[in-house]
Amino acid sequence: MARAQSPRRILITTIAAWTVALIIFFPVLWMILTSFKTEASAVASPPELLGASWTFENYVEVWARSDYPRFFWNSVVIAVGSTLLGLAIAIPSAWAMAFVPGKRTKDLLMWMLSTKMMPAVAVMVPIYLLFLQLGLLDTRIGLVLVLMLMNLPIIIWMLYTYFKEIPGEILEAARMDGASLWNEIVYVLTPMAIPGIASTMLLNIILAWNEAFWTIVLTTTKAAPLSAFIASFSAPQGLFYAKLSAASAMAILPILILGWFSQKQLVRGLTFGAVK
Amino acid sequence: MGKIQLTKVRKSFGEVDVIPGIDLTIEDGEFVVFVGPSGCGKSTLLRLIAGLEDTTSGVIDIDGKDATNLPPAKRGLAMVFQSYALYPHMTVRKNIQFPLKMAGMDPAEQTRRVEKAASVLNLTNYLDRRPGQLSGGQRQRVAIGRAIVREPAAFLFDEPLSNLDAALRVGMRQEISELHQTLKTTMVYVTHDQVEAMTMADKIVVLNAGRIEQVGSPLTLYHEPRNKFVAGFIGSPRMNFIDGAEAAKHNAHTIGIRPEHITVGDGPWEGVVGLSEHLGSDSFIKVDVPGLGTLNVRGPGELGVHHGDRVKLAPAGKIHRFDAEGLAL
Repeated sequence: MARAQSPRRILITTIAAWTVALIIFFPVLWMILTSFKTEASAVASPPELLGASWTFENYVEVWARSDYPRFFWNSVVIAVGSTLLGLAIAIPSAWAMAFVPGKRTKDLLMWMLSTKMMPAVAVMVPIYLLFLQLGLLDTRIGLVLVLMLMNLPIIIWMLYTYFKEIPGEILEAARMDGASLWNEIVYVLTPMAIPGIASTMLLNIILAWNEAFWTIVLTTTKAAPLSAFIASFSAPQGLFYAKLSAASAMAILPILILGWFSQKQLVRGLTFGAVK
Repeated sequence: MGKIQLTKVRKSFGEVDVIPGIDLTIEDGEFVVFVGPSGCGKSTLLRLIAGLEDTTSGVIDIDGKDATNLPPAKRGLAMVFQSYALYPHMTVRKNIQFPLKMAGMDPAEQTRRVEKAASVLNLTNYLDRRPGQLSGGQRQRVAIGRAIVREPAAFLFDEPLSNLDAALRVGMRQEISELHQTLKTTMVYVTHDQVEAMTMADKIVVLNAGRIEQVGSPLTLYHEPRNKFVAGFIGSPRMNFIDGAEAAKHNAHTIGIRPEHITVGDGPWEGVVGLSEHLGSDSFIKVDVPGLGTLNVRGPGELGVHHGDRVKLAPAGKIHRFDAEGLAL
């Protein structure tokens, strides 16, 4: 239903929206500004919004001092790998729960979600020991596995919600048309759920990219992704805020670009089913 | 060949017996309509035949072979759904082609069959469109096209016209009947609309609460209903039922008279006209007759009777007699 919008109302909501947006974005903005300051001006008290002189020095030094491409490549492999593996497991699971639910399907879904409520640190020691014994420490495959397992409940929940929106009659029609279960999923369900699958994929790549706890705990050098790369700049020599900021900016830039270009898809995916 | 035989077919969902046990034979080439009020189990019965639901017990034979435990695709049947159930991401061509592709048919033969079906159903110009770009009637034709390309043993229709507007429904009804004349394939059609049942069927199966009330040709059901339920369900407006002294005169617990079998003019019954509807071709009036209740009467278009008029009525046709259990005498 259309509601009349007075200019005053529009002004107030605009100001409120911008205020909230700036509060949320401020830490990121501060980080980017700091990355262009000298180390001295980065720690100045009172803080300076803009440094006295701007410099690219930090970026140059961070690039020179570390092997950025390797960290970047590890991040890509881990984020994309864990998401694809998660989807491969989640699509059939969500299909089963959405279209052939059993008596306990709802409980199962809740239980899966409840694992997300457990603090990661609670299973840190067992997982570390497990990784140690299986020789998975500091390997990309190990991180792919652990991040996939971490995000699997979210992937299944999101896909379950999308799949529930697909009319059952269409799948029955496919069955009448002679489609096997596999064909039904490949030719009918998946193409129809592409918007949902795409937004699930994007969200999970972002979650996996930003994951810091497990990447720092389970990697040292070989498999370390960008989140570990940032951590390596809070070094024992002391805190170098400007360089740390530059490293952080370099770490988040790729995912920020991905998020920017896919924001329409993300928003559509996240509100999917809410509006019909 | 498309003979379908149900033997003691039962279906229950948990504790609820939706279909307590049905025996039915559908002959090859027959147009059979399942009709009944909503919740009578007609769609469930169709889905059991299709294989989309598992039977609780009983046997379903298709072409003399036990198909009870076969998956839908192996039964050789095609189904048209109420919601059309087209694949929204595929073009019309791909939709119609889908069952052939699933059957692994030779691509040249696939194309030939799709084009033949499209020309039969006037869809040739729409082959490259998606279902979203079609009207309701065109979508329904695509759903039928998808069903006919497979050359199935029988077609199953689940209320296929209920999403269409009235004018289109009449047109599609005729198209489906013509299709049946051309293909001569068994068709099983579910509807709650008794006009569709009467106009299309070779044989009507009237269902109520999961039980078959009567099976017969449309006119058999109209003229010789086996019980009050069938008598009341078949025919529009509904048959009038009269109990008490008037029924006792005919040695029955209840008598039934169709609205078209009552004349207005002179007669033993007198009452006041309540509602009167003039359709041009027919007039439908409701008359409150003391002692008998409200009677539906169907008269000629030029019946000059209006609300509040006093009229005399006389039965002029078959009087159906029923016993206390509602069975025809």
